Amino acid sequence: MTLPTVWFLVVAFLWTGFFVLEGFDFGVGMLHKVVGRTDTEQRVAINTIGPFWDGNEVWLVVGGAAIFAAFPSWYATWFSALYLAVVLLLVALMARGVSFEFRGRMDDARWRHTWSWCLTVGSALCPLLLGVALGNLLAGLPVDADEEFTGTVADVVTGYGLLVGVTMLALCVLHGATFLVLRTTGDVRLRSHRVATLAVWPTALLLVAFAVWTPAQSDAPAVRSIAPPVAALVAVLVAALLLRAHRDGWSFGATAVGIGLTVVSIFTNLYPSVLVSTTDPAYTLTVTGTASGQYALQVMTVVAAFLVPIVLVYQGWSYVVFRRRVTGPPPPDPAVPEPGPPAPLDEGALT
Amino acid sequence: MSALDLARLQFASTSIYHFLFVPITIGLAFLVAVLHTLWFRSGHADHRRLTRFFGTLLLINVAVGVVTGLVQEFQFGMNWSAYSRFVGDVFGAPLAMEGLAAFFLESTFIGLWVFGWRVLPPRVHLLSAWLVALGAAGSAAFIMAANSWMQHPVGYTVDPSTGRPRLSDIGAVMTNPVFLWGYLHVLLAAAVTGTTVMLAVSAWYLRRGRDVELFTRSAKLSLAVLLPAILLTLGVGSHLGVIEATYQPMKISAAEAQWTDCGPCSFSAFQVGGGNDDQDPTKIIEIPHLLSLLATGTWNGSVQGLNELNAQYQEEFGPGSYVPNVFVQYWSMRVMAYLGSLAALLALWGVWVWWRGRLPTARVFLWVATWAAVAPLVMNTAGWMLTENGRQPWIVQGLMRTADGVSPSVSTTEIVLSLVVFYGVFLLLGAVNVFLMLRFARRGLELEPDEPEHAGDDGQPRVPVLTF
Repeated sequence: MTLPTVWFLVVAFLWTGFFVLEGFDFGVGMLHKVVGRTDTEQRVAINTIGPFWDGNEVWLVVGGAAIFAAFPSWYATWFSALYLAVVLLLVALMARGVSFEFRGRMDDARWRHTWSWCLTVGSALCPLLLGVALGNLLAGLPVDADEEFTGTVADVVTGYGLLVGVTMLALCVLHGATFLVLRTTGDVRLRSHRVATLAVWPTALLLVAFAVWTPAQSDAPAVRSIAPPVAALVAVLVAALLLRAHRDGWSFGATAVGIGLTVVSIFTNLYPSVLVSTTDPAYTLTVTGTASGQYALQVMTVVAAFLVPIVLVYQGWSYVVFRRRVTGPPPPDPAVPEPGPPAPLDEGALT
Repeated sequence: MSALDLARLQFASTSIYHFLFVPITIGLAFLVAVLHTLWFRSGHADHRRLTRFFGTLLLINVAVGVVTGLVQEFQFGMNWSAYSRFVGDVFGAPLAMEGLAAFFLESTFIGLWVFGWRVLPPRVHLLSAWLVALGAAGSAAFIMAANSWMQHPVGYTVDPSTGRPRLSDIGAVMTNPVFLWGYLHVLLAAAVTGTTVMLAVSAWYLRRGRDVELFTRSAKLSLAVLLPAILLTLGVGSHLGVIEATYQPMKISAAEAQWTDCGPCSFSAFQVGGGNDDQDPTKIIEIPHLLSLLATGTWNGSVQGLNELNAQYQEEFGPGSYVPNVFVQYWSMRVMAYLGSLAALLALWGVWVWWRGRLPTARVFLWVATWAAVAPLVMNTAGWMLTENGRQPWIVQGLMRTADGVSPSVSTTEIVLSLVVFYGVFLLLGAVNVFLMLRFARRGLELEPDEPEHAGDDGQPRVPVLTF
């Protein structure tokens, strides 16, 4: 395997990791007002991702920087072509990011309401826009021989891109809901379970469309084009069964696989291209055509091989540290000795 | 304004804005880690309250610092696609390493630190505080390495088929003298910024006689760091000037509005007039030999004039003007240096008051110290304007002009739109940030309840409280 291909895999790994991890953060952001009726319940929902969301978001930063370093032209063409969409994405990321920190800082209903909405809308826009951006890599954009985007804003709105955007949005809702089921107790958990069982079917339907349309966008062999999206669909269907069986941990695992394989599908169908040109297939940006030099890739391979395992260990460890369900403030009566009473439907949790 | 000017305006203003928060974050992160260490060693509840108090100020800042940093991450591709395509092979590597080596560390451990109260074993919790500080400082290292490459490109060869630079020696990029001295300068400036903020908050409380004992402690800690930090910042900055004069002579000559060769060269405290159309400004209070010292490190060193340098550049790179905006250079250098000197005086004054044992009651000093928190923000901004404006018209010194780096596919309308959106969001975030910081800082320490000191002390489960 050549180094550019290795780096294509690294980029795919980073973007997949980003959606598997930040996907449930987006979901929780969108759902915290749905599953939390009172302010305390909403805070419980937000605090399930409290220690993690910041570290998870770095996957996007590193995913973007890896493209910049390994495939400079891909980075340059992609982000300049989607200019206004990226501006909106950045606003959404900013609104969401500060909401976590700002919301709890003032005990005022209107203040919290405002930041709750920023969190909800921001968390919905991010997967939608990132999905559109990823879908457009495959659907193609008008790009000329100089690798420059020649279209207008209208060219950025592609049917396939929109499908991927909406699919990612639905997957994030589902993934966030199974995460909340796993991480909360009581009413919040019951409502999250209800949301998850409701969200799973539209998500599956979108994935059917995704599994049909995606292979049609590429001429990759079936193992790369059809198998991954079908597997993603299967994972979501399995999640539906596991949710019915109240296997909290396993259903979260299934939605993680579902969202992960959806992102994987884009990259397996894309290879060996990185950004398709609709102007002329000859102008399509490819892995080999846009890759940085051998030495730069070697240096980064050594650095990544050394650091990625370390990052995975300490991020994984942080999930172990905060493995307990978030219960909210303890009841006022200190005589109750039972810490965080296990919910009745707990058998699959925290495994 | 052309698309180029707008793209430059957007990059400059978003970077300057981002860098208001960065040095506060780096500086405060280390100070909070120090306070946490004091608490860890003494077990004293006061130290714990100080740690949490300044820790919260840090967190409010980090939130805005992180989200404004996201804009920087994508902006290279959005507005500077030709630049990104041209330099990605070299410039991208430190950016990717920044994420892997530092930003992951900072972001993961800040979550562990914030939610780790009563959950993590004390040693591990303390370690988290230090890893946050280390991650923040590490991020700056890689970003500075990338930026220094734009000032003084090293460790590359030009690909004959594409004409683009290709990385050939990562060691050279990471030991670039502009990087080593520039990074040290930035770290020290961050220490100055963080301590000035801590000193200002402490002084505010001391003036009102609230929690005097505690805030005397934090005021002493900040002064003890501020004095050496500001003196070193001035010294390192001066040496950085000598290094830049070697690799980017235009930058330093423009900072003194030195149009003709000189040697020994004097330094003017002020000038009236000047700028790119006026080569004969009225210089006020000229200090002999000082420019020679600043630019070359020697008493009689000669400095090349802008006209001579421009002639050399024209010979090498073709016709055109290679002189940066002299007015911006001249004044950003002075704003930075003069404020830095005032900050050094403030630190000396504070240490003297402390030595006389009058720190909690020195009203004039405390008043000045409260307002002095603004100074490092202005200094930092001026420093970056000096560095970045002084590189113009180059985006990468000697390799690519700024005008050639802009995205050809992005229209003026689009940039105007994004500029308006970013300004709006940034103003809002800044206003909320200042509002929250002031509000929190004024409410003070009574917000810090006497919780059990460490995890497990009271037999309670190790469950984090609702933090957000």
